[in-house]
Amino acid sequence: MSTMIKVGMADLKICKAPDAITTLGLGSCVGIAIRDPMTKVGGLAHIMLPDSTAIQGVSHVPKFADTGLQELVRVVVAAGANRTRLVAKIAGGAQMFSFQNKSELMTVGERNVAAVTRILKEMKIPILAQDTGENYGRTVEFYPETGDFVIKAVGKSVKTI
Amino acid sequence: MAKVDLDNMEGVYFDVLKEIGNIGAGNATTALAQLLNQKVDMKVPKVALLEFSEVGEAMGGEEQLMAGIYQLVEGDITGSIMFLLEEKSARTLVSSLMGTPPSEGPFTEMELSALKEIGNIITGSYLSSLSMLTNLKIISSVPAISIDMAGAIMSVPAIEFGELGDKLLLIQTAFSDDVQLDGYFILVPDLESYDKILSSIGM
Repeated sequence: MSTMIKVGMADLKICKAPDAITTLGLGSCVGIAIRDPMTKVGGLAHIMLPDSTAIQGVSHVPKFADTGLQELVRVVVAAGANRTRLVAKIAGGAQMFSFQNKSELMTVGERNVAAVTRILKEMKIPILAQDTGENYGRTVEFYPETGDFVIKAVGKSVKTI
Repeated sequence: MAKVDLDNMEGVYFDVLKEIGNIGAGNATTALAQLLNQKVDMKVPKVALLEFSEVGEAMGGEEQLMAGIYQLVEGDITGSIMFLLEEKSARTLVSSLMGTPPSEGPFTEMELSALKEIGNIITGSYLSSLSMLTNLKIISSVPAISIDMAGAIMSVPAIEFGELGDKLLLIQTAFSDDVQLDGYFILVPDLESYDKILSSIGM
C-alpha cells in the first residue's frame, strides 16, 4: 500500500516510492518537487517568499525559496538520495488577483518562480518541467517512483508534467 | 521596535484586535442586510491566530472553492483586506441581489462585478468602524476578485503575513438569513500599522 503524504503551506516533506507526496491549493506560492531517479527518494517544498535575507529574524526555514531549497536538498540526501542525481519540477507562482498598478505584492508569484529557478540553477539541479504563472490555483501530486508531477486546477483538465 | 509581535500575540493585544473584529463584522452585517433588504443575523465571530499550515483546514480544506474579494488599504494605515465566502454562499448572495435563480458553471462578468461590489460594501463598513474607533484615515482600493481554491486565494494574505511572522489573523463570521452564509475577513496591516491602531485606542 502506498500513502499520500501532505505538505502544508510553508512546509516541506520527503518520501520514498511507492509513497507519493502532495500539496493542495498552491496560489502565489511555489511547489518544488525534487527526486533522485535511481533511489526514487523525493521531496516536496511549498515556499511562500523568495528571499529570507530580505526579512529580519528568520525562524521558519521552509517559508523561503533560499532556505527552503537548501533544507529540502539536505533532507532528501539524508534519506538516501544522491546529491548529484537530483532533478526538479516546479509549479505554482500564480498571480491570484489583478490590480491596475502592479505592486510588489502582486508580482510575488513571479518573483517566487524567478528565485526558485535561480537557486536551483546555482545548486546545479536541472528543472525538467514546470507549470507556473497564470492566475489560478493548483493542487500538485508528486510520485517519486516515476517522477510524475500531476497538476490539478479548478475547471481545467488534470495534467502530468 | 514594533510593539506587536505576531508570533507572540497574547492577552490584551489579541483581545483588542478581536473586539475590532467583532464591531467591524457587526457593521458589515448591517450593510449586508441593507443591501439585500432582508433581515440578516450574524453569529459571534471567531477570531483566530493560525499557523500557515492550518489556514486551509480552517476554511473547510485547501481545495474548498471560495470567492475572495481583495482590496488594498491606504491612508494612515497600509496593508490589505480580504473578504472570503464559500462559492455556494457567493452564488446565493448574487442571486438574491440580482433577483435571479442561482447560476451554475463559471460566474458571468455581471455576477463577478456584483460580488466585487458586495465585498466592497462589506469591507467598507468593516473598515469604517475600524476608522471610527481609531480615528485613523483608512482608504481602500478598487476590489479585485478570484474564484478558486481556498489555499490558493489565501496564499496572497498569507504571504503578506509571512513577511511579518509565521501566523495569520483570521476573523470568521457566519451570516444567516434564509440560508447560512459563511464569510471570513482577513485584515493585513503592516506592523507599523498595528502599532498605530493600538496606540490610537490608547494601548
